[in-house]
Amino acid sequence: MSGSAERFDEKARAAFARHGRTLIRRGELLRHPVYTRVLHWTVAIFFVLALISGFALYSPWLYRWFTPLFGGGPMTRFLHPWFSLGFTIAFAFQFVNWLRPMRWTPNDSRWMKRLKAYITNADKAEPRETGFFNAGQKIYFWLLVFGTVFLLITGLLMWFDNLTPRWSVAISYVVHDIAALALLAGFIIHIYESTAQQPGTFRSMIDGTVTNDWARTHHPAWYEEVTGRDRDRDDRGT
Amino acid sequence: MDVPRTMQIQEISAHPGPVPGRGTQRAVQVCKYIDVTTCIGCKACEVACVEWNDHPFRETTFDDTYQTMPSTEWNYWNLIRFAELERDNSFMWLMRKDQCMHCEDPGCLRACPADGAIIKYENGIVDFQQDNCIGCGYCISGCPFDIPKFNPQTKKVFKCTLCSDRVGQGLEPACIKACPTGCLHFGTKDEMVQIAHSRAHQLKTQSGFANAGVYDPPSIGGTHVIYVLHDITQPELYGGLPANPVIPPSYTYWKWLAKPAGLVAAALGILAVFFHRITYGPKLPESEAEAVVTEHPDEVDAGRKEKP
Repeated sequence: MSGSAERFDEKARAAFARHGRTLIRRGELLRHPVYTRVLHWTVAIFFVLALISGFALYSPWLYRWFTPLFGGGPMTRFLHPWFSLGFTIAFAFQFVNWLRPMRWTPNDSRWMKRLKAYITNADKAEPRETGFFNAGQKIYFWLLVFGTVFLLITGLLMWFDNLTPRWSVAISYVVHDIAALALLAGFIIHIYESTAQQPGTFRSMIDGTVTNDWARTHHPAWYEEVTGRDRDRDDRGT
Repeated sequence: MDVPRTMQIQEISAHPGPVPGRGTQRAVQVCKYIDVTTCIGCKACEVACVEWNDHPFRETTFDDTYQTMPSTEWNYWNLIRFAELERDNSFMWLMRKDQCMHCEDPGCLRACPADGAIIKYENGIVDFQQDNCIGCGYCISGCPFDIPKFNPQTKKVFKCTLCSDRVGQGLEPACIKACPTGCLHFGTKDEMVQIAHSRAHQLKTQSGFANAGVYDPPSIGGTHVIYVLHDITQPELYGGLPANPVIPPSYTYWKWLAKPAGLVAAALGILAVFFHRITYGPKLPESEAEAVVTEHPDEVDAGRKEKP
């Protein structure tokens, strides 16, 4: 990544850290700093607004349900591109912020081979090499990156469809749908994993902290790197 | 509701469910038949449309032909398209009256995502209801004839209405009334198709236009505006009339098959994560997991009696 982008990211993180704070109790670790939390929820709010306003226009079966939320059909049509633009810009900052920890490694390819065990909760804990983000999280991140690019291009073509060629609008109509459905699938899994499936995760994005236990269980390599301790031999219950 | 006989609604864009009142009346299909071979390009029909609909007067553009302006506009719904053709060492003007074709299978209606923004009457007229229009512009790309036009100020789309307000009161459309040569005809679809074919036959046998024919494209189920052309094999010569107009599959197969399938998949996905949680339980952090004594109580010997 370009040096200036990294420097900007560091400055942003430092600026947000100065203005905000994260309370870390005994037995807890810092997981997501102020800057990450602000970015994540900005992205999330724009994403949900764009999702619902988009699905209002996606199907006649949803049109009457969702358009009243935004003040009617014309208002939904007007707001959807603006929500989406807000999402794209906020996500661009998040992309820069998370690019390094989201890089794909051979550990991730190995993690994918154990997907069935992961889904069926066959293991008590993650494999020892699992770092700050596991492969599933990285897949969601990159799905968002590529999905957003396709959504942006096709979205712009449709936003100004009184000016763009008719064949390009007709194609964008389909591609936009496919990207949106793919992102929706990832979104459902993302919400599930970070709430009901892995207790102790949601607070990481609200308060920014997780327990040592949580870290040891779900991201052992990150736990060992941050604490310098061995995840297998430490005292339990800390 | 007391609806004039010919203005019963047949189809509504983006409407979940059937059209209420569908099939309650005998349908009389109307049709505008335009004999391109007898049009003199006087543009009385353009003026009549502007006058009837109270459209503002527009500046014309000069492009070395008699064509008023390059295309129809959001407030100019009817345009005579001029094309020059050299044929048999001679020269012909092709003058085609361009406006909404009121398709039997309207691409605009298929593409529209807004409930009731585009309706089709039992008589075949396709009408935009601007009150319900959200200004998305999908109808523009759904129309094979490039007819719907967008007003950037009000963000609504407009087109020829086949004078639904006049037809609803038993009158002919304004353009028909104004035509001085009688090349515009209005009546039932059956009647108009019949006289169109007899005119095409006359052109072939008496006027030396061997390729004369009726333009009523089956690819969109036929239209409620039909032409007789000197040469039915080359409609593009007449100001870009498409030979085989089709609705983009985005607004047919994708919209009506893939989109609902996507919704079903999304609903199943949400159910799936719920059932996953109640089947497989959560991933607990290690210290909490230590309170767990057994994970598979259901496998305990069924014969074991419960203590009272």
